[in-house]
Amino acid sequence: MELEFTTRTTFDKVGTRPPRPDGTDKVTGRALYGADLAGADMLVGKVLRSPHAHARILAIDTSRAEALTGVKAVVTRDDFPHIGPEGTVKGEVEESVWDVARNVMARDKALYEGHAVAAVAATSTAVARQALKLIDITWQVLPHVTDVDEAMRSDAPLVHEDMITAGMDPVPEEPSNIAEYRKVEMGDIEAGFAAADVIAEQSFRTEAAHQGYIEPHACVASASEDGLAELWCCTQGHFSVRDMCANILGMDLASLRVTSSEIGGGFGGKTTVFLEPVALLLSRKSGRPVKMTMSRDEVFRASGPTSSTSITARIGATRDGRITACDATLRYQGGAFPGSPVGIGAVCGMAPYDCPNVVLHCYDVVVNRPKAAAYRAPGAPMAAFAIESLLDDIARKLDIDPVELRLKNAVKEGSSSVYGPTFGPIGFEECLETARDHPSLEAVPGPNQARGIAAGFWPNFGGQTSVTVNVNTDGTVLVSLGTPDIGGSRASMCLMAAEELQIPYERVKAIIADTSALGHNDTTGGSRVTHSAGLATIEASRKVIDIMKRRAAATWDIDVDAVVWDQGCVRPSGANAGDHEPLTFDAIAAMASATGGPIAGHAEINAEGAGASFAVHVCDLEVDPETGRVTILRYLAVQDAGKAIHPDYVEGQYQGGVTQGIGWALNEEYIYGSDGVLQNPGFLDYRIPVASDLPMIDTVIVEVPNPGHPYGVRGVGETPIVPPLAAVANAVSRAIGRRMTETPMSPPRILAAIDGTS
Amino acid sequence: MRYEAPRTLADATGMLASCQGTARVLAGGTDLLVALRSGLVEPELVVDIKRIPGMADIVAEDGGWRVGAAVPGAALGHHDGVCRAWPGVVEAVELIGSTQIQGRATMVGNLCNASPAADSVPAMMAAGALARIAGPDGTERDVPVGDVAIGPGVTSLAPGELVASIFLPETPARSGDAYLRLIPRTEMDIAVVGAAVSLTLDEGGCCTAAKVVLGAVGPRALVVEDGAAAILGTTLDDEALAALERVASAAARPIDDKRGTVPYRRKVAGVLARRAAHIASRRAGEKS
Ligand SMILES: Cc1cc2nc3c(=O)[nH]c(=O)nc-3n(C[C@H](O)[C@H](O)[C@H](O)COP(=O)(O)OP(=O)(O)OC[C@H]3O[C@@H](n4cnc5c(N)ncnc54)[C@H](O)[C@@H]3O)c2cc1C
Repeated sequence: MELEFTTRTTFDKVGTRPPRPDGTDKVTGRALYGADLAGADMLVGKVLRSPHAHARILAIDTSRAEALTGVKAVVTRDDFPHIGPEGTVKGEVEESVWDVARNVMARDKALYEGHAVAAVAATSTAVARQALKLIDITWQVLPHVTDVDEAMRSDAPLVHEDMITAGMDPVPEEPSNIAEYRKVEMGDIEAGFAAADVIAEQSFRTEAAHQGYIEPHACVASASEDGLAELWCCTQGHFSVRDMCANILGMDLASLRVTSSEIGGGFGGKTTVFLEPVALLLSRKSGRPVKMTMSRDEVFRASGPTSSTSITARIGATRDGRITACDATLRYQGGAFPGSPVGIGAVCGMAPYDCPNVVLHCYDVVVNRPKAAAYRAPGAPMAAFAIESLLDDIARKLDIDPVELRLKNAVKEGSSSVYGPTFGPIGFEECLETARDHPSLEAVPGPNQARGIAAGFWPNFGGQTSVTVNVNTDGTVLVSLGTPDIGGSRASMCLMAAEELQIPYERVKAIIADTSALGHNDTTGGSRVTHSAGLATIEASRKVIDIMKRRAAATWDIDVDAVVWDQGCVRPSGANAGDHEPLTFDAIAAMASATGGPIAGHAEINAEGAGASFAVHVCDLEVDPETGRVTILRYLAVQDAGKAIHPDYVEGQYQGGVTQGIGWALNEEYIYGSDGVLQNPGFLDYRIPVASDLPMIDTVIVEVPNPGHPYGVRGVGETPIVPPLAAVANAVSRAIGRRMTETPMSPPRILAAIDGTS
Repeated sequence: MRYEAPRTLADATGMLASCQGTARVLAGGTDLLVALRSGLVEPELVVDIKRIPGMADIVAEDGGWRVGAAVPGAALGHHDGVCRAWPGVVEAVELIGSTQIQGRATMVGNLCNASPAADSVPAMMAAGALARIAGPDGTERDVPVGDVAIGPGVTSLAPGELVASIFLPETPARSGDAYLRLIPRTEMDIAVVGAAVSLTLDEGGCCTAAKVVLGAVGPRALVVEDGAAAILGTTLDDEALAALERVASAAARPIDDKRGTVPYRRKVAGVLARRAAHIASRRAGEKS
């Protein structure tokens, strides 16, 4: 049943900023993260990883490792059931099980430096490490390719010898590293460019960025002799972990219970499995619980960063600043397996603009790098980097203010979007106007300083969600959620339940229940949780109210239609219903046992109606013209949240997205040597911003309610990382008088641009 | 691995000398512990020098300052005398790591780790600092700081030797020093280029003594003799500073790596040398 609602606009509790329920345990160190659980007789699991970027595994000899005292199990490809690309899939799995299975343990070939080739479980870390050194592998080293453009050449080494590009007409006869080609088309591109008075065109490149979560991947697995198993892990989606592990290991979904720990950052990177199936297998083989944790170095080498890209784009506009056409070719590498976010990224770039003529050529490419994983608005920041840079060039050519140019072309309610749907009520124009009128824009840039403006878009997702709201007899309420809390969602759910039930926020607690306690929940991702789990929480709360009304009516022995829910009480609807004292929420909760038993509301939904979120960012920075070093002076992020349930965490999302985007723009990159080995697998040389690098990031929450949610919520987590690459690039380009087309815009690269040697 | 925390210098050097396998001195541990964790070194013996009396002291000597081998950056930064005498050395030490790292990291550890990018080393060399080296037989010798770290990860210390202290000499009137480094971030990073300048002015503002030292542009910190020559006898006017920039760039012997290219490091070496000289001369002027 779909919840019927009209979106409300006045609130009691929603929009306030109470302390988060998980805060105390996090700041005191009591919260349990992935590596914080211990089982009796627990073993330590460690992974042996390929030192080669691309190599055939001719033989694996584990006998010396197995003979080492303290080693309790060794697993290799031979211990995994064969699945094959054709295997049937159970549960809710979004990635190819065969690809993920080959990613968690290499089969015939190691496809990137860091690819897992064997694992051991031993009584101590020291023994496990020693055992890894005793595993003998016979390699046949193969030529490799890590660059997306090089990988597309016909003479490039093939990552998969048999891969034929999907989506091509005619079907290519020869295999290549292009996994898929897709074309997105709208209008008449030729006519669009013919109508243009100015055209801006450039090629752009972005290097891969890692999500940079502070907590490395970690899990504890315990498989028992009866075929059941339990898994504790740090993930954004324990249901999908269960389904993926069960598929890889040939288990029933009911035989594996997965509990998600507290999570120290995910940003999309914890939406798949790496260690989990291996730990389960080691536990099954050793008969003991096994804990596995990645080192930081392993996180960089073996878990998924986002794609590196190469984009060529062209935008045409009339003299008065109307965009007439855009065509772009986007090439994204997804690491060693298909599945880069090129398709969604491509459409996000142009989505904010009402452009009638668009052609996007999208190439999904494989290279010898770790399998790409989702990273906050997957694919969108790179496309926006290209599109928003070109728009800035057009604004300069036409001498139009960059905000005005965007206002002239902004999509609004009723505009058709390049990704398909026609927009409902959206807040892009409001964001542009808010940014334009913000006091921080009064600052006048000094010498070597400049301002960069860029917009961003993310469609937001809904999806399957299951929530239970339990009422205790003392009137407190427990909300059971199945979507791991990565951004303060427990606080938001408590606020929404408290709002519906009209009880104090402090009376509501929320937990993340394990996979055996609730129906399926899609992963926390796509900025879906506050919307979808919020919807389910509200629906479950309304069911609680229905039950309470029935209990009160039964107590008064009147029809349920003769009672109303009003300010946290059930009361007779009018004089005809009888003269009964209102029953409070607490009173009805207290008499649960006498009136029919426990009171609980459920919602099992497949949420729709996620509203798109737009943002406008303004970046003021200074470039040291002699060193190319950039200092961010001011940064403003304006974004439509629909309705900010807990404004602190909405602002936190804006600031966090900006921070990650600035890091990506300025310094973050995967650096490969000519041997295909990653040279900077650590936070020393993979430079995420430190606190002192950034000013306080100004935020403004715009609220144009989303009609797809009872309170108007839009997801906000992803859009904020979309504009920064372009906002920074536009500012740097204006400051130095040359267009920057590549990330990271590190000091050497900017100095080379200034000196004209790039 | 054996961990020892001796109470005398003689015990410490004795233990180091008698160890058959790899032995390592532990000061703040901000390099050593990272190396241990990552399996980069697997020493048989670790000798912690922090329990040796006097190791964490800063004492006045001959108009200068003797800084013990276990003095952490934070303590140096709070020492008024050293801050007044050698602000460039102090700012170099304070650039190391973060607040947490500063509570542990020492100048001597920075020197003996022998990284070509070590921040405090160019500043110490420009200051004419001496390292006091203690040997197993109770001997002590003083050597210029520049002679201790002789290549990436390599020191001139003989087995059984350790650095007991650093001596920062008396500063003549109207002297100043400065250290600048280029990192892409604002902290928690390794110098792409570092430049230290120490100089003395006469009453007319004319430079009578100067040392220019570059970091991270060669296998060890590099003394730029021509750089000193470019500013000696000048008032550090624009022309002299431009000359310094030129010769410092020319003197740099950088490599291409993940932190920077050869042309980039070369150019920035000159820029930082010029800027450091400017700051040093301003500081010297303020002390007249
Ligand atoms: C997060 C972080 C940030 C950092 N940032 C910087 C930075 O910005 N700039 C920079 O230059 N460095 C940096 N470093 C490196 C390190 O902090 C410095 O080199 C520091 O000065 C080392 O001092 P320590 O006392 O901790 O040395 P330790 O780790 O104790 O020792 C370093 C080396 O010197 C040897 N040694 C120590 N004392 C003696 C002695 N008395 N005699 C002989 N040998 C000795 C040790 O055996 C070891 O090989 C950073 C390190 C970390 C972890």
